[in-house]
Amino acid sequence: MQVFFLDYTLRTVALGAGALGAVAGAMGCFAVLRRQSLLGDAISHAALPGIGLAFLLTGTRAMPVLVLGAALAGWIGTLFVLAVVRNSRIPEDSALGIVLSVFFGLGLVILTFVQRQPTAAQAGLDTFLFGQAATLLTRDVVMIAGVGAVILLLLVLFWKEFKLLSFDREFGATMGFPMTGIDVFLTSLLVVAIVLGLQTVGVVLMSALVVAPAAAARQWTDSLAVMVVLAGLLGGVAGIMGAIVSATGGGIPTGPTIVLVASVFVLASILLAPRRGLAVAMLRRRRVRREVRADAVLTDLYAMSAQHGDARDHPHSVAALEAMSERRVGVLRSLEELAERGWAAERESGEWVLTPSGRARAREIVFGGARHDGAGEDGS
Amino acid sequence: MTSFDFEIQLLAVVVAVACALPGVFLVLRRMALMSDAISHSILLGIVLAFFWVQDLAHPLLVVGAAATGVLTVALVEALHGTGRVKEDAAIALVFPALFSLAVILIARHAGNVHLDVDAVLLGEIAFAPFDRVAWGGRDLGPKSLWLMGAILGINLLAIVLFYKELKLSTFDAGLSAALGFSPVVLHYGFMGLVSITAVGAFEAVGSILVVALMIAPPAAAWLLTDRLPLMMALSVLMAAGSALAGYWVAHLFDASIAGSMATLTGVVFFLAFLLAPDRGVLAGVRRRARQRTEFARMMLTIHLLNHEGGPRASVENRVVHLQDHLHWSSDFARRVVARAEREGLVVREAGDLLRLTPLGREAARDRMVR
Repeated sequence: MQVFFLDYTLRTVALGAGALGAVAGAMGCFAVLRRQSLLGDAISHAALPGIGLAFLLTGTRAMPVLVLGAALAGWIGTLFVLAVVRNSRIPEDSALGIVLSVFFGLGLVILTFVQRQPTAAQAGLDTFLFGQAATLLTRDVVMIAGVGAVILLLLVLFWKEFKLLSFDREFGATMGFPMTGIDVFLTSLLVVAIVLGLQTVGVVLMSALVVAPAAAARQWTDSLAVMVVLAGLLGGVAGIMGAIVSATGGGIPTGPTIVLVASVFVLASILLAPRRGLAVAMLRRRRVRREVRADAVLTDLYAMSAQHGDARDHPHSVAALEAMSERRVGVLRSLEELAERGWAAERESGEWVLTPSGRARAREIVFGGARHDGAGEDGS
Repeated sequence: MTSFDFEIQLLAVVVAVACALPGVFLVLRRMALMSDAISHSILLGIVLAFFWVQDLAHPLLVVGAAATGVLTVALVEALHGTGRVKEDAAIALVFPALFSLAVILIARHAGNVHLDVDAVLLGEIAFAPFDRVAWGGRDLGPKSLWLMGAILGINLLAIVLFYKELKLSTFDAGLSAALGFSPVVLHYGFMGLVSITAVGAFEAVGSILVVALMIAPPAAAWLLTDRLPLMMALSVLMAAGSALAGYWVAHLFDASIAGSMATLTGVVFFLAFLLAPDRGVLAGVRRRARQRTEFARMMLTIHLLNHEGGPRASVENRVVHLQDHLHWSSDFARRVVARAEREGLVVREAGDLLRLTPLGREAARDRMVR
């Protein structure tokens, strides 16, 4: 941590990556909810020829120029996907695959031209493949933060429209909102958020920074506002951690590090989130299974005691209950659990009876509660 | 042309054809982006297998890589199966994580691994002829050509042997399962095929351009035909053509061969998208324009029939009036009338008054009854 505060470069880089993660995470929520997770992949790959062409035409590798080229190319790629899906039988996944790989191939062709340029500034363009946060300058970070802030501001301003688009597009259209325009606007913001991160994270992996924080945040909440804020936070933390690790770890590209951190967030969220988490779901399932087993033993005990007519308190052995139960295992455990709830009691060693409240509970199970006609009758 | 040039071209064609064959089914099964996921994550398999055997040419690398490809598919399905993320997000989460792990491993051990990141993305098709197979002192050609040839053979064999099963499960998964073809076995078997192909092609053209070779030619072929065998044949032809053209374009501009091959597959797809005889964009535009003028001529004859012999016929049945009545622009009205005249549906009399010919009258009546 001390290194972090002392090292000026590291602080710059971490701030840039953090801002980037926050913007990408927040924007990613809409992409994930609208099932456009893979559009981000296509956009970021499609941006590569834009970067190369911008450099070839202007001869500068100043970030605003390259980002503009990347955004244009990413945008054209997106439009191409939309045009193909709308005007042909080609499904969206194939259209995305074609755009991402063909644009990327074109980008590599252009990069081979770039590499033959005599200008010394050529070095560094290949950092756009996997990202190298260490190449970020202060003015790059200022730009990321500035453009990111504008994106987030627009997100807040058009919150209602974007929410409508994500959850009920048809309703929005009947309300008179120009849904196609809103769609193009939101997608354009996504394009900008993605190309903003290409230098830091790289074209190959930028889409993961868009999807992962949003997918993680989704597990913790059902509210869009909370999800966006949370995804922004998770993305920011992933960005900062990834930048620090990659800047100190000697030659590790930033993109993969950030993506791995974000992937850990996703895994942890899917496992541990309080309501949707797999761990909670497993515990819930086990509890239900235990309850069902205990209920079965309870009703068995009830059925046996019913056969004794007046002598309801006649105890029954575990062995008899095991003989009745389907799987013959866990009967003792179920009995202990029933005892814990006060529904059954062990009269003497291995001999069990129902308590009055246990009998009531058994009637409830067998006859579906006292509301049923004649369900209160006992010992039929 | 040196023999190296020839070998590179041959390899390019073999790679492209080997990719296009399983690609047909990927496109039809709407699993195109699985190829993206697989082609990225096989890198992890290659790296891990390399750490184990310490030899980049070891056959175990291919096995390890193909296994990672299938593992990727299983992971995507497991993640999707939890119900916590949608399928597209599951793909977008799994392969970047595996790929990142592989890139970091390579970067950490850059010193002793001859696997650099550029090669991962670009492939090394231009260097393929330098790594040769010799047997008994005789040169048998580039090693990667043998590898890709074998993979092409496996693909051909698998598709010939399981053509019926693949076809049925692609077009009617329900019936296929009901007839007793295990969807799981077919799916994973097919994904294994895709993985092996991706591993072989990966060395030549890199992980991302594999996707172009697998998806673009079959997608283009799908715009040209409705028949599976024809679609496969067209895919193979277009893939081979793109590979050769890509090689020569790269040669001409001294650019990346793999990148230029991928670009050419995109160009071919774009041409098919625009120009396909039935399903192309241009064909659609032309069809809509034709339907529009046909409909307009029909409206014209019905309009004339309606007012024929009526009190206002001399007003209604003038060319100028069509602009008011049918809301046609004067230009469009003139064109429709000219066309109708040419087809002998109407004749123009003095003062631009239009009169139906017997043929036109019959056509209008016919339309109105229908």
